[in-house]
Amino acid sequence: MTSAIQVHDLRKTFGRTIALDGLDLDVQTGEIHGFLGPNGSGKSTTLRILLGLMRSDGGTATLLGGDPWREVETLHRRLAYVPGDVALWPTLTGGEVIDLLGNLRGGINEQRRADMIERFALDPTKKGRSYSKGNRQKVALVAALAADVELLLLDEPTSGLDPLMEAVFKDAVREFRAQGGTVLLSSHILSEVESVCDRVSIIRDGRNVESGTLAQLRHLSHTTIEATLERPAVQAEITALPGVTGAVVSGTHVTCAVESGHLGTVLQHLGTHGIRSLTSAPPTLEELFMEQYRVPAATP
Amino acid sequence: MTASSTLSAPRGRQRTTAGSGLTGTARLLRLAGRRDRVLIPVSALTLAAVVAGSAQATFDLYPDRSMAGGALRETLDNPAIVAIYGPVASATIDALATFKTVLMGGVFLCMLAYVVVRRHTRSEEEEGRLELLGSGVVGRRAPLAAAVLLATAAVLGTAVLTTLGAVAVGLDPGGSVALGVSWTVMGLTWVGVTAVAAQLTESARGTAGFALGALAVAYMLRALGDAAGDDSPVRFLTWLSPLGWGELVQPYGANRTWLLLVGVLAYAVLLLVAFALLERRDLGAGVLPSRPGPARGSVRTVGGLTRRLARGTLIGWTVGFVVLGVVVGSLGGSVQSFVDSPEIADMLRKLGGGSGSITDTFFATELRFAAIGAAALGIALTTRMRTEETTGRLEAVLATPATRLQWAMSHLLGALAATAFVLAVVGLAAGVIDGQRTGDVGGSAARMLGAALSALPAVWVCVAVAVLLVGLVPRLTGLAWGVLIGFLVLGEFGVIMGLPSWLTAVSPFDHLSQLPGGTLEVAPLVGLAVVAACIAAVGLTGLTRRDIG
Repeated sequence: MTSAIQVHDLRKTFGRTIALDGLDLDVQTGEIHGFLGPNGSGKSTTLRILLGLMRSDGGTATLLGGDPWREVETLHRRLAYVPGDVALWPTLTGGEVIDLLGNLRGGINEQRRADMIERFALDPTKKGRSYSKGNRQKVALVAALAADVELLLLDEPTSGLDPLMEAVFKDAVREFRAQGGTVLLSSHILSEVESVCDRVSIIRDGRNVESGTLAQLRHLSHTTIEATLERPAVQAEITALPGVTGAVVSGTHVTCAVESGHLGTVLQHLGTHGIRSLTSAPPTLEELFMEQYRVPAATP
Repeated sequence: MTASSTLSAPRGRQRTTAGSGLTGTARLLRLAGRRDRVLIPVSALTLAAVVAGSAQATFDLYPDRSMAGGALRETLDNPAIVAIYGPVASATIDALATFKTVLMGGVFLCMLAYVVVRRHTRSEEEEGRLELLGSGVVGRRAPLAAAVLLATAAVLGTAVLTTLGAVAVGLDPGGSVALGVSWTVMGLTWVGVTAVAAQLTESARGTAGFALGALAVAYMLRALGDAAGDDSPVRFLTWLSPLGWGELVQPYGANRTWLLLVGVLAYAVLLLVAFALLERRDLGAGVLPSRPGPARGSVRTVGGLTRRLARGTLIGWTVGFVVLGVVVGSLGGSVQSFVDSPEIADMLRKLGGGSGSITDTFFATELRFAAIGAAALGIALTTRMRTEETTGRLEAVLATPATRLQWAMSHLLGALAATAFVLAVVGLAAGVIDGQRTGDVGGSAARMLGAALSALPAVWVCVAVAVLLVGLVPRLTGLAWGVLIGFLVLGEFGVIMGLPSWLTAVSPFDHLSQLPGGTLEVAPLVGLAVVAACIAAVGLTGLTRRDIG
């Protein structure tokens, strides 16, 4: 499988602020890749470097096999971009903006344009200044989704959309992938990422902290175990087990978080005390996400 | 407002006390005052200073005050001049000393009132900031009330300052009070007009259209009425115009201070209408529905987008430059009759009038001002690049195959072409009108067209400087205006202030030929064009290398 986007050790500083601090990112062709991170973590800066709007201070970025800074014209024919905060020209209607961006990209797919306008329930005759935030977002989404491109760069594209429109968006993105397209979806909305993304990269303070499929990430992460034992366990022994954190032992009742790779060892130990009942909960993406952010910056 | 207050209650006004809808007005007023703490005092002081300064200058020209009068007044009664500045109130030196500032100053005061009201009402609402405030403890009527109070204070403050300044330089106190009243009538009316305009459309642009459009109509009505003269049947047109009311106060003449009542009445009625309209609309909406536009676009290229965005601006400037050209052209004859009076010949000598025919000197001077206006247009069009960037709209364009250079070139070439176009317009208009006097329309038009276009290289240097700033130091893009003002000051006051010639030579306008009348020197013009090209090239290079956004 080839990579649509390959970023290695990417660095960018604005004055004294470090926006990107050695970011690695790998987006495979044909996948929807979730790009998760809190505000100010460097998601938009990464996208701007990938779009050739900004130049990196170090590291490499390859987009569709080309250099995003040098090969703007050829690369941009093959991609479409939706910014997180869409600004429209106040005097141009939504329909005019869609056609303008389409034509600048070298043509628009008429049928898909009509289809997307209908599905997103967009009124294309309103002037840019009279659209609400959600509707401005829809204009940019229709323009991007109606384009004949192979890569979509989406920067928090659903902010301001209502749940109904969000469902339309998810469907459209899945269809795009089904036709062989690649998507880099930066987002805050975990359920959205969880339901459409094949793989996820989590970024924090300008470097990525986790990357992989959801299954892999879950595997890397902690499973919460709650067990009732036949014989009392010793707190120190449980805590000493590899991969265990936050163990609370009160007599025969044990709760702890276990790294997925060490589940066997922990269960074996608990078994020596006789297990009366046991529940284990795999982490949701939300927990994964929160966990990554809780870790202090010094120990990524 | 019982019915409407219950209707709007669900929009988060539960905490509003009583039914006045004015809760929080004082706080908003302080906030607005803080935001305008430079704009209002500077505007007020400038207007007062212009009145006092120009009066003082007139006094200095005529140490013997009886010399003014007669012949001068006759010249100033020329319909073209009356149409622009309004009639002279009396044959006194005080009236002559202030006749140019009464109406013009009033118009500027109207603009100040308009800016203040619009800024704190519709502009705020359009950008969603009012929504933020509205969800706090702020009554529905409070933002409009605060804006109106601040603008009213600005108008009254300016009027009082101007009256005091006028008395201080020795103008008649009674007339000076009438001058303050005249401005108050005009300014207060525009506080009201803008308050109504802000309710009509949902955009700040729409508000501008109504408020400034009304100002233009008011100006035209009184121009027609005034120029027609006292015995004409269309004289009443002046009475239909709020600017006409201010003018009819006739400071240093009839001193009709009772017209203040008319102004206050108009102000009160307009504000009642504005507050009534406010009750009938939703936050963010206008009374008039916004018109839908085309569902399909015809803009296909970066250049097309640039042209489309510049269209409205260019239409406005073209109209303005046609009017300017017509006015300048029609004054050619009056200027000639100026010199027939010994007083004027004396005045011109004192002002340092140069060689050549007096009419040509006048045209050359006016065309120089037109060139500075064209430079302002060029800077306005060029600095749009920065606006496109900061609003994030540029990002959307540059995410397509369009390159930065294509985009920047479309703006640069657009600005170069637009400045050439408006200068051609002003030259042609002036030439055609002056041709009626000279009898040689073709020759006159060609001469004036050439003279107007000869200033282009200097204008283009200003455009190039704006490109340089956008490309290299985008945060300082606004400095382009400072540079233009610097050039203007060097050109207008450099010699008077006795500045060394190397310093006045910094202004590109210093290197233009004195046309019409003088000889065309090509070398400096070519030099300016080369300088402009180099500066623009550096700016464009910087733009292709820096970060966007």
